[in-house]
Amino acid sequence: MSNLFNSMIEWIDKRFPLTSNWKAHLSEYYAPKNFNFWYFFGSLALLVLVNQLLTGIFLTMNYKPDASQAFASVEYIMRDVEYGWLIRYMHSTGASMFFVVVYLHMFRGMMYGSYRKPRELLWIIGMAIFFVLMSLAFTGYILPWGQMSYWGAQVIVSMFGAIPVIGDTLQQWLLGDFTLSDAALNRFFAYHVVTLPLILLVLVFVHILALHETGSNNPDGIEIKDNKNPQTGIPVDGIPFHPYYTVKDIVGVVVFLFVFCGIIFFAPEMGGYFLEYNNFIPANTLQTPDHIAPVWYFTPYYSMLRAVTVNFLGIDAKLWGVILMAGSVVIFCFLPWLDRSPVKSIRYKGPLFKTALALFVVSFFVLGWLGTKSPTPMYTLLAQIFTVIYFAFFILMPWYSKIDKTKPEPKRLKE
Amino acid sequence: MKKITIAILILCMAPFSIFAAESGMALERAPVDITDNASLKRGAESFVNYCLTCHGASYMRYNRHRDIGYTNEEILDKLVFTGQKVGDLMESAMRKKEAEEWFGVVPPDLSVIARSRGADWLYTYLKAFYRDDSTATGWNNLVFDRAAMPHVLYQLQGEQKLVVKKTDKGEEKSLSLEKPGELSSSDYDKFVADLVNYLVYLGEPHANARKKLGIEVMIFLLGMLILSYALKKEYWKDIH
Amino acid sequence: MADSFSINENMSGRRKFLVAATSVAGGIAGAAIATPFLLSMMPSERAKAAGAPVEVDISKLEPGMLLMVEWRGRVVWVLNRTPEMLESLVKVEGELADPNSEKNQQPEYARNRTRSIKPEILVTEGVCTHLGCSPVFRKDIAPADLGPDWQGGFFCPCHGSKFDLAGRVYKNVPAPTNMVVPPHMYMSDSRLLIGSESEGST
Repeated sequence: MSNLFNSMIEWIDKRFPLTSNWKAHLSEYYAPKNFNFWYFFGSLALLVLVNQLLTGIFLTMNYKPDASQAFASVEYIMRDVEYGWLIRYMHSTGASMFFVVVYLHMFRGMMYGSYRKPRELLWIIGMAIFFVLMSLAFTGYILPWGQMSYWGAQVIVSMFGAIPVIGDTLQQWLLGDFTLSDAALNRFFAYHVVTLPLILLVLVFVHILALHETGSNNPDGIEIKDNKNPQTGIPVDGIPFHPYYTVKDIVGVVVFLFVFCGIIFFAPEMGGYFLEYNNFIPANTLQTPDHIAPVWYFTPYYSMLRAVTVNFLGIDAKLWGVILMAGSVVIFCFLPWLDRSPVKSIRYKGPLFKTALALFVVSFFVLGWLGTKSPTPMYTLLAQIFTVIYFAFFILMPWYSKIDKTKPEPKRLKE
Repeated sequence: MKKITIAILILCMAPFSIFAAESGMALERAPVDITDNASLKRGAESFVNYCLTCHGASYMRYNRHRDIGYTNEEILDKLVFTGQKVGDLMESAMRKKEAEEWFGVVPPDLSVIARSRGADWLYTYLKAFYRDDSTATGWNNLVFDRAAMPHVLYQLQGEQKLVVKKTDKGEEKSLSLEKPGELSSSDYDKFVADLVNYLVYLGEPHANARKKLGIEVMIFLLGMLILSYALKKEYWKDIH
Repeated sequence: MADSFSINENMSGRRKFLVAATSVAGGIAGAAIATPFLLSMMPSERAKAAGAPVEVDISKLEPGMLLMVEWRGRVVWVLNRTPEMLESLVKVEGELADPNSEKNQQPEYARNRTRSIKPEILVTEGVCTHLGCSPVFRKDIAPADLGPDWQGGFFCPCHGSKFDLAGRVYKNVPAPTNMVVPPHMYMSDSRLLIGSESEGST
């Protein structure tokens, strides 16, 4: 039995690098032994990706990308297709949970300096994944063609109209019409189910390749490759990913599934955050709902979009809003060069960086919360203050990370 | 470090309310229980009698009502009046064009109305009609000002009148029953409660099945957690 | 802190057991997850509603006439056979592949020479059992193209399969079996229900 298995593997290995890849990426990929809670979110993101692909394929079997049928086809899936409700909730909950795990994954990187040399490119590829994810979320949110789908898309697409000179033409080109209509729904469907998932898969693949080239960072932020066993050439603080982290990640997956299934089975609307109440009203092109707010994961950016209320430097407020919103995401790409601290991990960074990161997290949440609210003068002022804090975290980083009082990094990983 | 983690988790869970309170009357809590088949059946029968004439529930099939304890024969007998088949969708008998001429708007489809409006809003709305001669229908509503829908249930509830009290904080609006209807006030509340209960069921007919399956999944996951944790402990003995 | 560690090549009994148990549980989970996905591809409630039993009024169906009814997107024939047609069923029996309807192509109540509940009324799916074409009703006797022995029946234009007036297949044609008799019942003398054997499931 095992002989047959071995000769089969041998047969394959002569034709395809199966064993060598298994070793390179799993059984002889050496990961730091001190991964903590925050290191679950990479593999969980992969799990959610698989969930989205699988449920997405089955949803396309019954969904109709047609303005006159889309809303009804979603309810058809929910009612007439056997277990359609489960597949749909898995997809809608997966969309939100994707952002939950990716935000936590990114925050992990910010805490432990995973963006620092030699992982700059890994970080930038990760940011590219985040952009694609945002596009996927946006194009996917349009598909049920409810009121929030329609008016949310209307707002986002109008942002392109803010770009000087080419704005209006660009907007029409994006929509394939003079207004948001069936033509746009149809093409956003194509992006959502073909174009963007393809790009996402390639980027995720490249992300993992880049990770396995540099090796994983860890909560201490020191390079385990600097301290190798001279005989074996294996990092002394490294352990093979498989089986040690595979069995550990399984525990993480099960815990995650408790949360994930808890939402799917007991609170699929998640209090109006994962499935918004107004999106149970079919799109009405003539009537905007009283209150529109994007899905929760976009609300921080949405707050920044409407925080600018004055024209400034000869650029009008609308365009500034768009620039800030785009900038708030793009600025992450510069983190590797903004951070001038001699240490990577927050464990050895000083009080200035810790305070700055805490303020950043607070501003992210406050902006997110404000994004769900109707703007009042008070809220707009708050949004402006926290937008400044958000950007200050990045722009002032070269200064405060340099003068911060850091602790010395250890030579070996701490348990 | 731990503190940051905890602070973030707390922030994640902080319940933010999306909806600002609507003006007018505070919403009453609807007594919803979608496992109460008797109530759902009463609601379903009221729904086809009073609502389905103008509104459709056009994502719902009649035979789906087997969920709440009907047989196909009972469905044909008690819910289907327009010669449709038991597997048909619950479409309104009224043509959209006519409806628009009558009410100025097409009466919305009610399949998922409970998911967009919420049970409490519907419950309060159906109790908050009052006489108002300034509107086209002769009716107005405290939670939905100038609603296009007339008070379809007035024979049951009777006629209410708006009472405005001036207080320090401004105006306080309430309703008082002027002419009693066929039902007593508490019976009318029960009638509306059943109807709203049914609308909640209608919004998500699989909700009971969903929760039942959820409990099974959770029990399985618990077993899986114990196993996988033991497995992880076993392997990590090598390292510590 | 150990400088290095060695993978426990010889797995302990406990480790083996846990790996096996987790794998089995994972396998069960995989199968459980696959189930709703596979079931979602079965005919939906809409398809089932569209495939609901069809009621046919046969009071105006004259002897010798064929009525075509759509059920589940397929054509169902209702043929009112004349006495001559019923006689032809006996004449052709020697040339048939399965004259006694032994293969399970009909409900029990149609396993007889006329393959019907009422002798004169034939209810059968108008679908050739070869590759799904719909045969042509040829009641003319001994036409030039079908030969002098033709007593009337159904002829499939796609690949030349022949059936008699009870939907029974001839020998030496591509079609392997008799035509399918769908479940059906009489709600009254002239009201036929196709697709169901009890009134309750309408």
